[in-house]
Amino acid sequence: MYGNDFGPDQSLLDQVADAERALAEAAARGRDGAPDTVEEQAYFDQIVAAEQKIEPRDWMPAAYRKTLIRQIAQHAHSEIIGMQPEGNWISRAPSLKRKAILLAKVQDEAGHGLYLYAAAETLGIDRDELVDMLIDGRQKYSSIFNYPTLSWADVGAIGWLVDGAAIVNQVPLCRCSYGPYARAMIRICKEESFHQRQGYEILYTLAHGTPKQRAMAQDAVNRWWYPSLAMFGPPDADSTHSEQSMAWKIKRFSNDDLRQRFVDMCVQQASVLGLDLPDPDLRRDDKTGHYAYTQPDYDELMQVIKGNGPCNRERVANRRRAHDEGAWVREAAAAYAAKRTAGVRPEPAPVGVA
Amino acid sequence: MAAGELWEVFVRPRRGLAHVHVGSLHAPDAEMALRNARDVYTRRQEGVSIWVVAAGAITASSPDEKDAFFDPAADKVYRHPTFYDVPEGAGHL
Repeated sequence: MYGNDFGPDQSLLDQVADAERALAEAAARGRDGAPDTVEEQAYFDQIVAAEQKIEPRDWMPAAYRKTLIRQIAQHAHSEIIGMQPEGNWISRAPSLKRKAILLAKVQDEAGHGLYLYAAAETLGIDRDELVDMLIDGRQKYSSIFNYPTLSWADVGAIGWLVDGAAIVNQVPLCRCSYGPYARAMIRICKEESFHQRQGYEILYTLAHGTPKQRAMAQDAVNRWWYPSLAMFGPPDADSTHSEQSMAWKIKRFSNDDLRQRFVDMCVQQASVLGLDLPDPDLRRDDKTGHYAYTQPDYDELMQVIKGNGPCNRERVANRRRAHDEGAWVREAAAAYAAKRTAGVRPEPAPVGVA
Repeated sequence: MAAGELWEVFVRPRRGLAHVHVGSLHAPDAEMALRNARDVYTRRQEGVSIWVVAAGAITASSPDEKDAFFDPAADKVYRHPTFYDVPEGAGHL
């Protein structure tokens, strides 16, 4: 039934629309099939089994809450840190049109971070605490953003491959069992479609430009391909959180299934671009219809997750600096609000208002 | 007389859907507003959850400024996926 996610000819937006429809249908069914128990765990299990959504004020297992906070926060942090590699090229975009588009895209990423922080807050965690956990390293973000953007073509490769991989990961999250997360993901996925297409268009333009532009596009694809494959996480056998998340219907497909789906999509898209994927062993298995491919270097992935990627320190330092240097804006806003409330000249702003 | 301040009422029609504004009522406090909203707006099982918000606590955009307020989004067609040409034969985009 949820094989629909993998429909061969479905566009991303079709898949998101399907997930939204399924959510409404499951909600409608709920009227008849109300759980028949008052016991908390059994009630929770019945809601999840019936493809219904768990809502913020429902009872939920402590570990479910903790897992969701970790996952949604990590997702939010990724959107926020993800602004940096692309932001690097805003001032050097090759035309006003490309610059306006890139600005709009980076602005969207900030918005996605906000939707996700807000979803996490429904679970009882404070936004300030999440920001602190990001900048002092207690929580992670996607390792992909620890790679540098060396040329303009990297902006195209990020849109096509990195956003493409994110979408493959995120479309099933539109069906997540936690209501606020599922609803945020539906909104995000609709917006992501523009991101992927703009990246693809940049690469298509470069690939059909001068030999130098074409080489730049190929170089970007060569560098981003394996890190993009690593975005799906470790192989299933080594994935620590997967099984429980599947049982809770937070996660719908295994890391390896999603990775395979991404590879199959990209082979076809690369051929239209006229660019090569940097894997000499990539070939179609006629029996399964899937492409066999070379696995990314998971030791490298673990190193990057541990903080030893090319840009880890820079990314977090930038985030910390932006937070610290923005303190006066938060203080000024609070002082202005206090002044309006009191109708008088305010006292000096309290220290540390966030 | 209208007893008490004005409260805006939001109902979650069914599990899985977001709360949606359905109307308003007067009540002396939040607890009474919630009970009255239950009696008025969910008599036919219209919802599984209700929020009441003091109308005075809502800041709304002004209808007079509608054009100027929303104009900045009007000329940014590139925020929509349909702005981009997808080459012939490229699937899943």
